[in-house]
Amino acid sequence: MAISSKWKSEKMRTLSFAKAINEALHQIIATDKQAFLIGQGITSPWYVGTTTVGLINKFGPKRIIDTPTSENCITGVALGAALAGMHPIICFPRMDFMYLAMDQLANHVANWHYMFGGQLNVPMVVWAIINRGGEQAAQHSQALQAVFSHIPGVRVVMPSTPYDAKGLLIASTQDGNPVVYIDDRWLYEKEGHVPEEYYSVPIGKGIVRKEGKDVTVVATSYMVHEALKAADDLSKVAIDVEIIDLLSVKPLDEKVLFSSVEKTRRLVVVDGGWTNCGLAAEIAARVSETGLFKLLKAPIMRVALPNAPAPASSALEKVYYPNAGSIVSAIKKTLEKRN
Amino acid sequence: MSKKEQKLLSPDLPRKLLLKMYATMLTIRIFEERVASLIAPKKEITTPCHLYIGQEAVATGVCLALKKEDYVYSTHRSHGHYIAKGGDLKRLMAELYCKKTGCSKGKGGSMHIAAPEIGLPGSSAIVGGTIPIAVGTALAFSIQGRDNVSVAFFGDGAVHEGVFYESLNFASLKKLPAVFVCENNFYCTHLPIASCLADPDIYKKAQIFGMPGVRIDGNDVVKVYKTARKAVEDAREGKGPTLIECLTYRWLGHVGPFDDLDKGLRSKEELDCWVKKCPIRRIKKRLLKHRIVTEDEVKKIETAIRAEVEEAVAFARNSPYPDERDLLYGVFR
Repeated sequence: MAISSKWKSEKMRTLSFAKAINEALHQIIATDKQAFLIGQGITSPWYVGTTTVGLINKFGPKRIIDTPTSENCITGVALGAALAGMHPIICFPRMDFMYLAMDQLANHVANWHYMFGGQLNVPMVVWAIINRGGEQAAQHSQALQAVFSHIPGVRVVMPSTPYDAKGLLIASTQDGNPVVYIDDRWLYEKEGHVPEEYYSVPIGKGIVRKEGKDVTVVATSYMVHEALKAADDLSKVAIDVEIIDLLSVKPLDEKVLFSSVEKTRRLVVVDGGWTNCGLAAEIAARVSETGLFKLLKAPIMRVALPNAPAPASSALEKVYYPNAGSIVSAIKKTLEKRN
Repeated sequence: MSKKEQKLLSPDLPRKLLLKMYATMLTIRIFEERVASLIAPKKEITTPCHLYIGQEAVATGVCLALKKEDYVYSTHRSHGHYIAKGGDLKRLMAELYCKKTGCSKGKGGSMHIAAPEIGLPGSSAIVGGTIPIAVGTALAFSIQGRDNVSVAFFGDGAVHEGVFYESLNFASLKKLPAVFVCENNFYCTHLPIASCLADPDIYKKAQIFGMPGVRIDGNDVVKVYKTARKAVEDAREGKGPTLIECLTYRWLGHVGPFDDLDKGLRSKEELDCWVKKCPIRRIKKRLLKHRIVTEDEVKKIETAIRAEVEEAVAFARNSPYPDERDLLYGVFR
């Protein structure tokens, strides 16, 4: 079975998603003498959840560098350190703040390797945290995976389980390229199996989270869990959903995606970002450009954010964020519609 | 030369270093003049070139105060820094022809020059873009316990960018081994400094962040060298960064081979006044006056440089363009 057998096993050690990141950071900085963590708020008792607990005491302020709110400068600093042979991990406690650093991220970090003919490497992890809900509104809620996936020269990964949270973070530090590692605070309390050893999950490989025959649902990060809930609900009415967890948005695992669509011939793409020009559109296009287009039994459906900024009011948040219910509706539509 | 005269010239600078200063500046000048001639009328070089003519003393004075292992970061006006740090002329010229043998393999062009082997890990065409990157390298040196210094070259235009202030603050806060070299040529593209800065005393911006800031004559290579050496020594000793504002002038327009006087952005009188302060003529006069070199030696130096630049042109002309297959190579390592 292609489903990750390591995921959520009763017998094995379990950790929360946040604790898995914390363990990965401890192990990375202890193992890799050139690694260090830098960013605004990383020693704060609440800013990044519990993901950085114990780091400052163990490694000290030379390797765990809390900074002023100078996001563009600090991103350039991480790049300059990488060019001198270090392996920086720069943290953005909210993805929204990355817009302050867009010049360094998009013009410099992403271009540096190509622009000089491939002779300079930028082994750097950009750890970006989605932190939404709780009536935080438009500037503290954004999920910008599509923005960064659009830019050549950076990889983008989005773990959904504690196992992948640790393994992908370690893989990101070993990749040798700029990797935007995106997690979601809504995942931080999720429990799952996490081995104690230092392991990596390959970048660019997706996984079949649940096998099914009627429809393929592609999702990433927190939306994988909503998709699993939707599949659970639909199993009661004998609809058999297959769930693909991409894990990496760029490079995107076309193999796992295409083979699932070839089997089910129906596709619902779920993303936590905006619908317009988003990740879901990219995935739909990839499928449409291939011979699979002719095989599709129904139009591809997108489940993503409406094209509006995040509202504050919880009354509006309820309808703003897609969930298992919206995925169920989309799946039902693809089953009704015929190409 | 009398002892008094020698002191006036350079109390502690050896002859070899003074000759190196002259030769480096002249190499930059001859290289850039040749590039200008290849842009127009020849149109052999078409990548946008921001030429360094008039500012040679800054790159030269600073780079000669550094070790090879020290890093410098450059800007869109990058040729002078590359040459002064010891970069290979053939590979630079080939990059201006956007050839595969160029220092950035034809992917960078004039504004994206790198030579990591000599401590130039890149230049950016975004104003102020390399200032924080230089600070990051200084941070790495400090974490790694390396005895190196990281230098950011930038123009007065970069002082209008927020990242300049963020970077000075962070470098001073962490006492990093960085040196900030502002080449104040009085123009930010087409706009004079008076139209850009509420307070044009750039060196004073250092005070806000509790670090030393000095303003010097950027056309006096000996002065630049000595100031840079002090800043570099302080940085190496853990005393933190320095901001050096070098007053200088670019003889040509913001970009391209012409002086742009016809565009009405500056007066002929202003340009003439700065041409009279030519940094190369100044050091040459001093060297001759104090009999550090003879006219004959000066001629020999110049002839050798011209030959080297012509070799670079021939190399660039004869080099292949990048192959179409190279297009997608080097996006990731």
